[in-house]
Amino acid sequence: MFRHKTGSITEELEVIAPSKLAIENVSKSFQSASGTVLALDRVSLNVAEGEFVCLVGASGCGKSTLLNIIAGLEKPDNGTVLADGKPITAPGRDRLVMFQESALFPWLNVFGNVLFPLKLKPNLTNKDRQDVAKYYLELVGLTRFERANIHELSGGMKQRVSLARALAPNPRVLLMDEPFAALDALTREQLYGDIQEIWKARRKTIVFVTHNVREAACLGDRVLLFSPHPGRVQEEFKVELARPRDINSVDLAAYATRITKALKSLGKTATG
Amino acid sequence: MKRFFLAAAFFALLLLIWDAAFRARIWSPVLLPSPWQVATYLKNAAVDGTLLKATVITMRRLLVGYFIGLVVGLPVGLLTARWKLFGDTIGTMALGLQTLPSVCWVPLALLWFGQTEAAMLFVVVMGTLWSVVIATETGVRNVPPIYRRAALTMGSKRLHMWFKVILPAALPFIVSGMKQGWAFAWRSLMAAEIFVTILTGFGLGQLLHYGRELSAMDQVIAIMLVIVVIGLLADKIFFSPIEKFLHRRWGTSQA
Repeated sequence: MFRHKTGSITEELEVIAPSKLAIENVSKSFQSASGTVLALDRVSLNVAEGEFVCLVGASGCGKSTLLNIIAGLEKPDNGTVLADGKPITAPGRDRLVMFQESALFPWLNVFGNVLFPLKLKPNLTNKDRQDVAKYYLELVGLTRFERANIHELSGGMKQRVSLARALAPNPRVLLMDEPFAALDALTREQLYGDIQEIWKARRKTIVFVTHNVREAACLGDRVLLFSPHPGRVQEEFKVELARPRDINSVDLAAYATRITKALKSLGKTATG
Repeated sequence: MKRFFLAAAFFALLLLIWDAAFRARIWSPVLLPSPWQVATYLKNAAVDGTLLKATVITMRRLLVGYFIGLVVGLPVGLLTARWKLFGDTIGTMALGLQTLPSVCWVPLALLWFGQTEAAMLFVVVMGTLWSVVIATETGVRNVPPIYRRAALTMGSKRLHMWFKVILPAALPFIVSGMKQGWAFAWRSLMAAEIFVTILTGFGLGQLLHYGRELSAMDQVIAIMLVIVVIGLLADKIFFSPIEKFLHRRWGTSQA
């Protein structure tokens, strides 16, 4: 009598509006053995709906910290982070993270991992959940491996499963923390193509952290350069190249060279 | 198949050596009965029901105590892993008591409970409990933080986090703790049964004890064999499948 009207799977798979993010004056410091480290110093930035933004910088420049703050996993000391005008106070299904090392659960198989976030989503029947999981496994090209155990997969396949798991609950924002850093070049190149295609199909706001300048220029609408100690947004590059972009194209190399130059001069001022 | 025959041949060879030693009369037949005498005892004990009754009594003590140890040990282990205060107090106590050979609980159990089933149960619970507490605590502490963080972003919290993320992630540790707890409980129960005669039932340990009292070596060896077989079966039927599953899922090497 009081059965919930379950949304149909088509409704669940509908492309939903991506979020816009507003980061205002965010600071964050950590206590370390050598004293207080200012990981983020009054960082402000806006990310438009459906924009692909790459954060680039040397390790330890606070870019991952910023990502964790957007995810709601860490709290800033000062400043606010707004998603669609609402402050972020805790982790939420609308902002999912794809981690650097595979954070897949070894006690579940591939299908179980993709199903995990869907089981936490209310108002779906189990059949819907299965169908949604299947859809995303197909999207990342791993339908054949749905019964495989995690340790049986290659690094690239693991990250594909991670991507499917992050996409499955249909979040508005996808946060990616150096997701391809541990992969070999060939696998990476293929994933650059795939991620651009998936981004086109599923319209997400993506914040992508990397230390690979070429990768950033290939994927981002904008590339933000972070300086370390204290972490700040130092420079911004708009990448105006048609998509899908090829990581090996000459135009892209020109962008990458410019960004690398800026990155190097940052290193000099920081040490000198 | 080849492995099976090799193993069978090995045990047949052992029996042959035993039989040959008996025939050579190196030791008195009172000290070393023949395999046939032992087999005859086993057959008679099986037919008149002594063996089955003793096995049931022993297994009941073991399983009830083991189950209590698990049911108490798991949550206590979770508490000690989750809150520093519990870890510093109960966790430290568990670590200390776990180093105590579980047979050392027998004198205390006898003074507290007298010659009763409660004394047996107490010894088995003490054998199980501390291993399970410590394994659970270690397991939970060793769950990589990234699993927790990933689960948080997907909307998992509190009970869901404990049951669907932390406990499964700690499972390999918990299972090895359960196995150790089982081994400790089994050993301490045998020691208790050998030391203590209680009138509510004779277990395998008591049969072993009376075998010695009567100098019935065939009985002593036969009961020892039964005890060995029960230990093997518990491993093969209960722990082995779980461990195989864990190895397959986690991709850890097959031991």
